[in-house]
Amino acid sequence: MTFGERWRDYWSPREVIDTSPKVSDEVKYTTCYMCACRCGIKVHLKNGGIRYIEGNPNHPVNRGVICGKGASGIMQQQSPAKLQKPLLRVGERGAGEFREIEWDEAIDTAIAWLSRIRDDDPRKLAFFTGRDQSQSLTGFWATQFGTPNFAAHGGFCSVNMAAAGMYTLGSSFWEFGEPDWERTRLFLMFGVAEDHDSNPIKTALSGLRSRGAKFVSINPVRTGYSAIADEWIGIRPGTDGLFVLSLIHELLRADKVDLDYLGHYTNAAWLVIQSPGAANDGLFLRGADGNPLVLDGNGALASALEPGAAARIVGEAMLEGGGRAVPVFQLIAERYLDPAYAPEAVAATCGVPAETIRRLAAEIAETAFAHEIEVPVPWVDWAGRRHETMRGRPVSVHAMRGISAHSNGFQTCRALHLLQILLGTIDVPGGWRYKSPHPKPCPPGPRPAGRADQVAAGRPLGGAPLGYPMGPEDLIVDADGNPQRIDKAFSWDAPLAAHGLMHLLIRNAWAADPYPIDTLFMYMANMAWNSAMNTAETIRMLTDKDPATGEYKIPRIIYSDAYYSEMVGYSDLILPDTTYLERWDCISLLDRPIGGVDGPADSIRQPVIAVDRDVRPFQDVLIDLAVRLRLPAFVTTDGSPRFPGGYKDYIALHERRPGVGPLAGWRGEAGADHGRGAPNPRQLQRYVENGCFWKYELPPEQRYYKHANKAYLEGAVSMGLIDNAEPIVLQLYVEPLQRFRLAAQGHGPVRPPPASAARIEAYFDPLPFWYEPFEGARIDPHEFPLHAITQRPMQMYHSWHSQNAWLRQILGRNRLFVGRAVGRRLGLQDDDWVWVSSHAGRIPAQVKLMDGVNPDTVWTWNAIGKRAGAWNLAADAPEFTKGFLLNHLITDLLPEGGPPAANADPVTGQAAWYDLRVRLEKAPDADAGAGKPHLPALRHPPSFAALPEVLRYGAPRR
Amino acid sequence: MTDLPASPPGRKQLGLVIDLDICVGCHACATACKEWNSGGHMAPLTDFHPYGGDPQGVWFNRIHSFEEGDGEGARTVHFPRSCLHCAEPACVTVCPTGASYKRAEDGIVLVNEAICIGCKLCSWACPYGAREFDADVGVMKKCTLCIDRIYNDNLAVEERLPACVMVCPTHARHFGDLGDPNSAVSEMVARRGGLDLMPELGYRPVNKYLPPRLDRMAPAPGPAEPPAAPDPAEGNRLLRWIDRLLSR
Repeated sequence: MTFGERWRDYWSPREVIDTSPKVSDEVKYTTCYMCACRCGIKVHLKNGGIRYIEGNPNHPVNRGVICGKGASGIMQQQSPAKLQKPLLRVGERGAGEFREIEWDEAIDTAIAWLSRIRDDDPRKLAFFTGRDQSQSLTGFWATQFGTPNFAAHGGFCSVNMAAAGMYTLGSSFWEFGEPDWERTRLFLMFGVAEDHDSNPIKTALSGLRSRGAKFVSINPVRTGYSAIADEWIGIRPGTDGLFVLSLIHELLRADKVDLDYLGHYTNAAWLVIQSPGAANDGLFLRGADGNPLVLDGNGALASALEPGAAARIVGEAMLEGGGRAVPVFQLIAERYLDPAYAPEAVAATCGVPAETIRRLAAEIAETAFAHEIEVPVPWVDWAGRRHETMRGRPVSVHAMRGISAHSNGFQTCRALHLLQILLGTIDVPGGWRYKSPHPKPCPPGPRPAGRADQVAAGRPLGGAPLGYPMGPEDLIVDADGNPQRIDKAFSWDAPLAAHGLMHLLIRNAWAADPYPIDTLFMYMANMAWNSAMNTAETIRMLTDKDPATGEYKIPRIIYSDAYYSEMVGYSDLILPDTTYLERWDCISLLDRPIGGVDGPADSIRQPVIAVDRDVRPFQDVLIDLAVRLRLPAFVTTDGSPRFPGGYKDYIALHERRPGVGPLAGWRGEAGADHGRGAPNPRQLQRYVENGCFWKYELPPEQRYYKHANKAYLEGAVSMGLIDNAEPIVLQLYVEPLQRFRLAAQGHGPVRPPPASAARIEAYFDPLPFWYEPFEGARIDPHEFPLHAITQRPMQMYHSWHSQNAWLRQILGRNRLFVGRAVGRRLGLQDDDWVWVSSHAGRIPAQVKLMDGVNPDTVWTWNAIGKRAGAWNLAADAPEFTKGFLLNHLITDLLPEGGPPAANADPVTGQAAWYDLRVRLEKAPDADAGAGKPHLPALRHPPSFAALPEVLRYGAPRR
Repeated sequence: MTDLPASPPGRKQLGLVIDLDICVGCHACATACKEWNSGGHMAPLTDFHPYGGDPQGVWFNRIHSFEEGDGEGARTVHFPRSCLHCAEPACVTVCPTGASYKRAEDGIVLVNEAICIGCKLCSWACPYGAREFDADVGVMKKCTLCIDRIYNDNLAVEERLPACVMVCPTHARHFGDLGDPNSAVSEMVARRGGLDLMPELGYRPVNKYLPPRLDRMAPAPGPAEPPAAPDPAEGNRLLRWIDRLLSR
């Protein structure tokens, strides 16, 4: 120590620091639920409270890291918006007047409503869930109840990606596949992707940059991940499909496609009948055994499924009785080599210079074909042929909401998959890899249930309500082609609505179209605010009464949520849920598991802290209701509960098929089986001992080419992931789409009503194409010249986190981000107020100018604006005094200018949130609140404590 | 005035290295810091009006996102900001009570709450805005470099890191001895051209920022056209594949 230091210590005594404080009394592992990513967490408990939440270093999803939301879980548990007790509405809907009731009364009320429905017509119950991670239970419950009117929120979230992927390659973007992060050299990311798989993607992007791989972000907005991209392409919203087809044009022009891959793993050589007007036009030419045919080297027809068969990719087979058939590849080449797809032809529409498209195509070609990867791992293909290495092309793609939330999202996502397949990059080293439990057959079964003959009073539904139609005969319509589900999923309006259409639920229930319902039962779905298109109109429908009877047009609404969301205020009976830290849960292989590219995985939540209010886990309540309703799978033959411990017992003991249950790990009585096996009463304990997750690592020879890998396919069958070990042939050309198109042309027994025929014929193209998003095609582009979209902030998940004391300090209000050129044109400066107008109305917003945005696009952060009074925020909270919600400008129906239709993709029915078109006008001295859709503040339920002025979390534990 | 410890070359200077090339601005480091320190050495990190009109709390680490440059050359920058544990910290020398001090043994700049009078001179002196006044207790608070983690015998060795470093999903944050030119962090700084924040002010920050690898932001050189394949005349485009046979 120097003299100076000794002098200082003498005059200013050194602070005594405890550098080794005890961190916690106990550590419990569980699964995060601050967003959809399902990271593993370690919760440190001290003095009866939560000291600290950190990532679980052994967990396959996050490997120890955690995000801004996950590390704020403490404040979610502290939220003053937590519901305290069951509530029964006593005032009008929307007034926020409730009576607190006991659970007995709550359950009795629900049973009275539900049992009457079930004994009469189960369809009169519509059961829809939001960001629910227990869909394998909720969907099963609906099936047992007997209603086809079940779905989760995928219809307004991801179904364009899910359906396009499932029908094309037996898996999809979003959560069911990812780039080969360790080996890819060129990564293309399309659209917003910051709220699913977020930690794995962040970690992987960092890895890409560190090892010199190139990351190209195609996104109208340069924030978040795009900020660290090597190249940002600020594309015009809704034109990605055209951009991708132009890349395909360039690759075909240069003959840079992987013909070897196409021959082995795709339907590129399958013959397609070209017989316009005939009932089989556009279908595959099939042999007597039903197998598709190819043209062999001698010009003869041969089975497409024979291993080793040689097949032409260009050629023509003349058919007996007229007509001809040509290979799929020929159709692809003919279509996309058309000059309409040349970079020069698409540049203006996409807002991307032709030279950029051409250069990117060249980089893709160079990376794929000059940098082929060979991993020295021998493997055996489906036909028993041994390959000495695993070859791959290191170009990969990821895409999410920016693609799916457009009315052309299905075909755009198909275009992306076409690009991936033509390059030979599906499940190969360096490409895009399937995540377990995928791949599945394209598309996977089963088909949806819900037609009249599958519904009966007092009985379960004759199958699962959601599935994948193979053709018109699988639609849920009546003999006249009318919808049979309340959301009109699987009708001619939205034939491939594989996730249901929650965004149309409230309008249809209000309009009693196609039929009246009695009770709307929802779980964590904020339909009175940010989960609705045209929020004010949705609220009007929730509160509208039949003038003849004075009854609400939607007679009864049961809702379960852990927090005082806007939807609570519009519900009649509230079943308060716990937080994610207070309950059992499973992230199931029957639903959306955490499986990775190297093998299956699933996980659980366990209660890490005790419930301190009169609330119950929703899943327990659901099982309780099921027992009281005597739903067959939930009771034994004498009517007693099959799962007396509630959800916890269900997780361990329920079998969906023999040996297959919610969790795949430690099955069998000894806990030695994985995948299939008898239920194990000690299964949850084994999960807890392992940090609340299970994973199985595939041996190296099964990690690529899973769609055609004999060992993988056989292993997947034995684990119960797929039903048979047939190879999964990637579908460049999707025949089921053509079956719908033929029906629209008047063929077959099940045909669309005349009003739907033209739409089906136009959009059910079995090869991807691009069309202008519907709203943009109907509005006057001079009146609404700008595109308006939202981005997902990485520190907020939808509406959930405005109640979080830490996260709302980071983002407590949103601004409208406007490109500088638009700002100059309108004379705007930062913090100016503008009116944002769409065909549906106008809202005020405060502006922030920026460079990193497509010049014709404005954007804001999603779901920051809140309804006054909701989430138990104070009356002056910026979330509603200054924040705004773009939803007020978005409609669930298209504007006038064409036949009435949903503002949705015509194939899947996915909500087209990002098709919104607006104009801005400078608003001199706009009063922030005055111009908003006039919605009075929601009153709080009883027994909410006063809000603290000062929060001193952690102080008592020092 | 408070004296600084002598700082001979090679003396231990613990600090952070923050990689702006891979920071995506996710705020994980900010909330993990808030979370750990809410129960840590300077706890609590008080929040005022947490559910009200102007929620303001004590944070030791904040992220600023902004755009840099104009037009084509512009980029979005996510910039995490916390105490830089300067070698010549004006916040220490300005302190009238000795509450603000720099530890001789590892260079960490701390505030001794027991003798801090809340005069805020240090926050005026700090050009980096790294000091956070807790009005609830009238004391200045700041980043401790997680002094209650990095030496904590109750943590596994690999966990003895500041919370912000432990948590970072992009591994953009690194911790080590920047006084040792051979440490991993010093080598990283040398290799990547790590920078001092506002070096002209002379406070010699210990924390370093690694700049974006801007050379990589330009389009990669590649062939201007897809590799040569003659584009056959209109109508004959399919000829090149006419004799191609695929094998299943």
